[in-house]
Amino acid sequence: MPDALDLLATTGQYRLLGHPTDLAGHIATLGPAPLPSDASRGWRQGFIAAVEASGLSGRGGAGFPAAVKLALAQSGGPGGSVVVNGMEGEPASDKDKLLLIRSPHLVLDGAQLLAAATEARRVTLCVPEGRRRVVAALRRAIEERMAAGCAPVPEVIAHPPDRFVAGEESALARWVDSGRSLPFFRPDKGVALQIGRRGALVHNAETLAHLAMIASTGPEAFRARGLPEDPGTSLVTVSGAVELPGVVEIERGTPLIDIVRRALPTGQPQALLVGGYGGAWVGPQDFATPYASFSLRAIGATAGVGVAVVLGQNACGLAESARIAHFLAGQSAGQCGPCVYGLPAIADDLTRLARGQADPGLLARLHRRLGEVDGRGACRHPDGAVNLVRSALHVFSADLAAHLDGVPCPHWNRPSQLRFPDSARAA
Amino acid sequence: MIRILIDPIACDAYGYCAELLPEAVSLDEWGYPIVDGRPLPPELASAAKRAARDCPRRAITLRERTSGH
Repeated sequence: MPDALDLLATTGQYRLLGHPTDLAGHIATLGPAPLPSDASRGWRQGFIAAVEASGLSGRGGAGFPAAVKLALAQSGGPGGSVVVNGMEGEPASDKDKLLLIRSPHLVLDGAQLLAAATEARRVTLCVPEGRRRVVAALRRAIEERMAAGCAPVPEVIAHPPDRFVAGEESALARWVDSGRSLPFFRPDKGVALQIGRRGALVHNAETLAHLAMIASTGPEAFRARGLPEDPGTSLVTVSGAVELPGVVEIERGTPLIDIVRRALPTGQPQALLVGGYGGAWVGPQDFATPYASFSLRAIGATAGVGVAVVLGQNACGLAESARIAHFLAGQSAGQCGPCVYGLPAIADDLTRLARGQADPGLLARLHRRLGEVDGRGACRHPDGAVNLVRSALHVFSADLAAHLDGVPCPHWNRPSQLRFPDSARAA
Repeated sequence: MIRILIDPIACDAYGYCAELLPEAVSLDEWGYPIVDGRPLPPELASAAKRAARDCPRRAITLRERTSGH
């Protein structure tokens, strides 16, 4: 487990990491979670107004506005569930694990606040069983809270399967509901998820911690960090060709290169992988791009799950991308044809390309396949893979030209600079 | 106006929809239907209804839209 590399300069109150881990220390620092004595309408309105004023967007990948999600969940009526998404299936991400180990009460307070706001009856914490340190930290925190009467709604730990797609929110809600870890087809995103025919509100662990901070310190403290268009802080896991891989807490709008510098790159980076394995490669000309939704979108990237991987000079971006594509193909839930057949085909094309074994039709075929797979799954899993591969073809266009001419990648046989779970390493 | 919506989980690549409605549905190399999401011209409405009805996996939904959105 990597450490928190660097905490924000403590010139202001607002930060997620660095709070005391135990309940007494947590309360001494932030005070008890500002929960209502009874679920009064006035309290709910105040909480919703604070979430709206903060401008918080989800930190789990999609960047959906938290206030919109809350309004949607409220339409589901009372008696529902709040689900803490601690799955973090992204191989290059550690920020939610670290947050749950270091500041479990912040995350749980956020879940309790949402439960009060939506009149939910249960908080379900979803973490893979094998994450022993996270599970132990959560168990300890839940016991502390029960003993101190800080958990008005029961907090229960559940262990969905440790797979990439298991953390997709519709798959998570369905697993809690029926034990089947499969995404839904949801053409209308404006329909609330359900568990036991009641509304379910699924939030990433970091988003919940921000909600707790916003309720305690006010939306102004949140907005004092980051940019007006994309306020607040974010946790980013930095890895790859760096001396000190770990999690950094940054203000939204921090230039990408400043984020990865905190992890001490071993040399001048060749490229950065931003947003996760379903994110995008960013080339040197865009290293100064501010880490914010709008500026990343403008260069075809996304903040995604809060990941920045440094690719060093002694690596082939196309070969690394082929490894990612094979990994993502293997992580498909297996429900939709374009994902089941398209992702392995795309990964094979990319592998052949990196090995200098491209046939004359390969590049046109690869572009066609990328276009055909994009947007054709029930969930966004294939879209992320397509975006990653497209960005690789763009950022590593010089390598692409060489490999198309039959020059194989000299770095093909080097060990990957990326992280993959043991189960997927064979690819 | 009618739009075609295909449930990619239900779809099993039978391909009847592309035969019945080639103007609006093409197939990818694995036989799964591709639709562009644009509204269908009115003269294709009855063919679209048939494609939806005849889909063995009931994967096609037709959405009626009164205006542009």
